Amino acid sequence: MPDDKRLMKGNEAIGEAAIRAGCRAYFGYPITPQNELTAYMAKHMLARKRTFIQAESEVSAINMVYGAAATGARSMTSSSSPGISLKQEGISYACGADLPMVIVNVARSGPGLGGISPSQGDYFQSTRGGGHGDYYHLVLAPKSVQEAADLTYEAFDLADRWRMPVMILADGLIGQMMEGVVLPPERDLASLPRKGWAAGHQADTHRPNNHVTSINLVPAELEALNRKRFARYDEIKSSELRFEEVNVEKADLVFVAYGTSARVCLGAMEAAKRAGLELGLFRPISLWPFPHARLAELAAKGKRFLSVEMSMGQMVEDVRLAVEGKAPVDFYGRCGGVVPTEEEVLAEARRLLGK
Amino acid sequence: MELAYGHPKSLKPVQSKYCPGCGHGVIHRLIAEVIDELALQERSVITNPVGCSIWADLYFDFDSVQPAHGRTPAASTGVKRMLPDHLVICYQGDGDLAAIGTAEIIHAANRGEKFTTIFVNNAIYGMTGGQMAPTTLVGQKATTAPEGRDPAEAGMGYPIRVCELLATLGGTKYLARGAVNNAANVRKTKQYIKKAFEAQMRGEGFTMVEVLSPCPTNWQMQPVEAEEWLEKNMIPFYPLGEIKNELGGAETKEAAK
Repeated sequence: MPDDKRLMKGNEAIGEAAIRAGCRAYFGYPITPQNELTAYMAKHMLARKRTFIQAESEVSAINMVYGAAATGARSMTSSSSPGISLKQEGISYACGADLPMVIVNVARSGPGLGGISPSQGDYFQSTRGGGHGDYYHLVLAPKSVQEAADLTYEAFDLADRWRMPVMILADGLIGQMMEGVVLPPERDLASLPRKGWAAGHQADTHRPNNHVTSINLVPAELEALNRKRFARYDEIKSSELRFEEVNVEKADLVFVAYGTSARVCLGAMEAAKRAGLELGLFRPISLWPFPHARLAELAAKGKRFLSVEMSMGQMVEDVRLAVEGKAPVDFYGRCGGVVPTEEEVLAEARRLLGK
Repeated sequence: MELAYGHPKSLKPVQSKYCPGCGHGVIHRLIAEVIDELALQERSVITNPVGCSIWADLYFDFDSVQPAHGRTPAASTGVKRMLPDHLVICYQGDGDLAAIGTAEIIHAANRGEKFTTIFVNNAIYGMTGGQMAPTTLVGQKATTAPEGRDPAEAGMGYPIRVCELLATLGGTKYLARGAVNNAANVRKTKQYIKKAFEAQMRGEGFTMVEVLSPCPTNWQMQPVEAEEWLEKNMIPFYPLGEIKNELGGAETKEAAK
């Protein structure tokens, strides 16, 4: 039977969804604006006799996840932008060792220490493999507390299925606001998939040794491993694309926006409708893989695009790559922790359309 | 009939990549012997560090997890918390433990993480070719201390006594320092390792055995000369013995010297 709808903060809903997904170990370090998530995990993981550690740093936290994930346990960490930068070393190793894990970024403004207000300035870092070496991992961007819970829950399954880290890229607004949410059902830990590649429990089967590692000093072998991983990436690009479209068929101009800025665009679209103007929204939910092909289709239909971001313009590069010059792509962004208003987004759309 | 002495099951019968006179081979063998004696071969996981002993997973005949440089105690924390009934060995060199991974070892020790660290102290960076380590002795030459480690004028700092540093922390229950430069010290080091592993399996808290180990290649000495140099220079600065023993049961204390 499904849960009743309840009012929850985004950070707490992410934590509860992770616990219900079968997260056995959480490792975190304090940083605003995701502190409620770490506190939620402290209370509820310890109450269930699961592992919670407040690590000495974000660097340690991601490496604790690395160790726990290497034994096959569902495990996660969360942080905010500067802390995610520190985790990039560990994420690169996890991608090199093909380890499933869930990483939540409740993003804030940068660069450097920046501010604690919401931002989408981590798009490049998240979608380009933010650490060293050739790799990618899944990145999912929720626009609401409900979607943050649903995507977190699903992220654990995706991580196991594809043997890679899955990042939830939220922002401070999603983390901090309260909304109604219906939580997914609790998973039975015993029902989770066994992982034949993981370290430990060798005595159960007397199998050969398992080595969880990212090192290979033989260039030809390492190249072959990387190519195999990229073949998996191709499969993910065809099977794990997620996006939402609103009124794109009728629209004279299509906003491209994710997360919080997509909600601002939805508000601008309603105001536009009242003024007799048809605007649409294309909202990528999977930022990696990015839904290039669908954007190309819309471009071929003669649509024009306005990428709206809480950054100086990062996702807009993917939009331009997708349409390959076949449609006009403009950009409107606010940064530094400023959330654009519906009025200013609508004004920009009207200016571009000359209406 | 039982074999009284032979090659340990937990160590593969292969030739290692370690240099002639290197201590890692002996230390690997001691670990493997103790694991066999405790019948833990299929319940052991080693986290092997970045450094020469990154090759440890080629030689030990059980599972391994290889983390980033210095993050070994953090990864061991994750492994041991998920596999509390396994023997988890956090194998580290002096660069991994006492330089880049200082935060990780101090906090893992302070939390009383129930794995055993084997800390191989050869007072030099081996894999990268002889740079100064945090444990390099004052006056000892390294590629990055060409005139010898100069704590004051060149600001190279002082060698760190890791056991003594960690002994102040509440989570540490057993900290011992051995050496592998002669047969007597090798035997004693094995006793320390066994005591630490047994304490780990009883869940007593953080245990560590530091092992002073020769690196003839980067010390630029013949193997025999290196054993003597270790005896004359390292042991006076890094005293051998149980630096801290708060294990339960009087029988675990080292016999009075």
